[in-house]
Amino acid sequence: MMKLLSQRLLGPVTLVLLALTVWLGIWVTPPDRIQGNLARLVYVHPAVAWVALYVSFGTATIASGLYLWRRTRSMVMDRVAHCAMEVSAVFIILTLITGSIWGRPTWGVWWAWDARLTSTAILGVFALAYLALRRANDDVEVRARRSAVFALLAAINVPIIHFSVQWWKTLHQNATVFTSTRTLLIHGIMAWTLLISFVAFTLLFFWLLRARYRLEEARDEEVARGLEEALAERQREGVR
Amino acid sequence: MIRLALVVARKDLLIERRSRVLLWQVVPFGLMALLLAGLALGPRGAGHSNAAPGLFYLVMLLVTLLMINRSRAIEGAPGTRSSVATLGIDPASVFLGKSLALAVELWLAGVVILAGAVVALHTALGATATAVPSVVVTLAALACAGTLYGALSGGGEGPATLLPILSFPAFAPLLIAGERSYSAALHGGALWQWWVISLVALVAYLSVGILLYGVLEES
Repeated sequence: MMKLLSQRLLGPVTLVLLALTVWLGIWVTPPDRIQGNLARLVYVHPAVAWVALYVSFGTATIASGLYLWRRTRSMVMDRVAHCAMEVSAVFIILTLITGSIWGRPTWGVWWAWDARLTSTAILGVFALAYLALRRANDDVEVRARRSAVFALLAAINVPIIHFSVQWWKTLHQNATVFTSTRTLLIHGIMAWTLLISFVAFTLLFFWLLRARYRLEEARDEEVARGLEEALAERQREGVR
Repeated sequence: MIRLALVVARKDLLIERRSRVLLWQVVPFGLMALLLAGLALGPRGAGHSNAAPGLFYLVMLLVTLLMINRSRAIEGAPGTRSSVATLGIDPASVFLGKSLALAVELWLAGVVILAGAVVALHTALGATATAVPSVVVTLAALACAGTLYGALSGGGEGPATLLPILSFPAFAPLLIAGERSYSAALHGGALWQWWVISLVALVAYLSVGILLYGVLEES
């Protein structure tokens, strides 16, 4: 009952929270004293990056690790890793696009060879390479094993991205929420809107993951059914 | 494990010595790529250029990709895998041996390409010699990462375009670290800081390879 309720509620709740983020972000929160209306991107870009780097890539990494561990090895883990990586690829691209939109008026360029930007782009290539790797192997087990190892290798990049703004003093600003001193650098209604955007985008990830997982599951069932039908056909031909 | 790794490395290097692919195909290709890069920069831009370290590592990246494919082709020869499985050779030893053989090949190619950079791009010989330890470590890290990603891409069985797609994001930090330390050796700066990054990457890829190479070769 609870499972059914959460499945039914996930979509509407996500949409309501996304709408709330838009409303608060555009009409309720004040413009920034220095950056003006441009600062409103703070209600999109960090939340999208949070989902891209930590939630979805993290899910893909954990599922890949669980696939490689013999006790928890199952195609469910492989499927979760694949679907989460697909969502991650989309969110990484969105992170780069929203960052670029902010960067043009602020830094004067769409792209800079900044440590955070470059390492995020590398992670994006990793995610796309993961999807290419999956398409290159027909054997289900070989594909799952190689993809899982690749996801674990790619995950090394996530802490590098996180700490890049501390290790290399380049253009990208330091953290606003996950600061090294654990002090929040945003307050009042702006902080609440930011928090709601994080929750909304996180729920959006789970919604997309669930939809993508069901599609993948249906596709696998279709392939298995097709195989069974082809075998039955062959057997009938043999009998004749 | 080390003894077996040396046997595997010796086997790969012997095959390479007999086939002479590195000597007659890969190194000339690398030198040609360096000359073409010099032509692209133009007569004024090529000499004493700040781009020399970047060009050196770009050429080494191409050489690495060719040599990884070569290394996988040797492994993909009929009977090789089944022989390894039958003999019960530890996959970690195979990984170490293949990485060592690839590293030796890259070091040899690197010496020639570095000499080419001194002649064609007018990099100072003394400063280039200072960069040698960082080049050695960076190329060794590239060899370890290459062996791992070669196995991931399926080598000869996988599509040829897959290896560059898989390995470029992993090679990028290594190339940045190598280029920066070579640059620091030529023009002054924090040489050891980048050298340490290459060293950390080498240790990381060695550890990951020893742990996971077996999982990849199971297939």
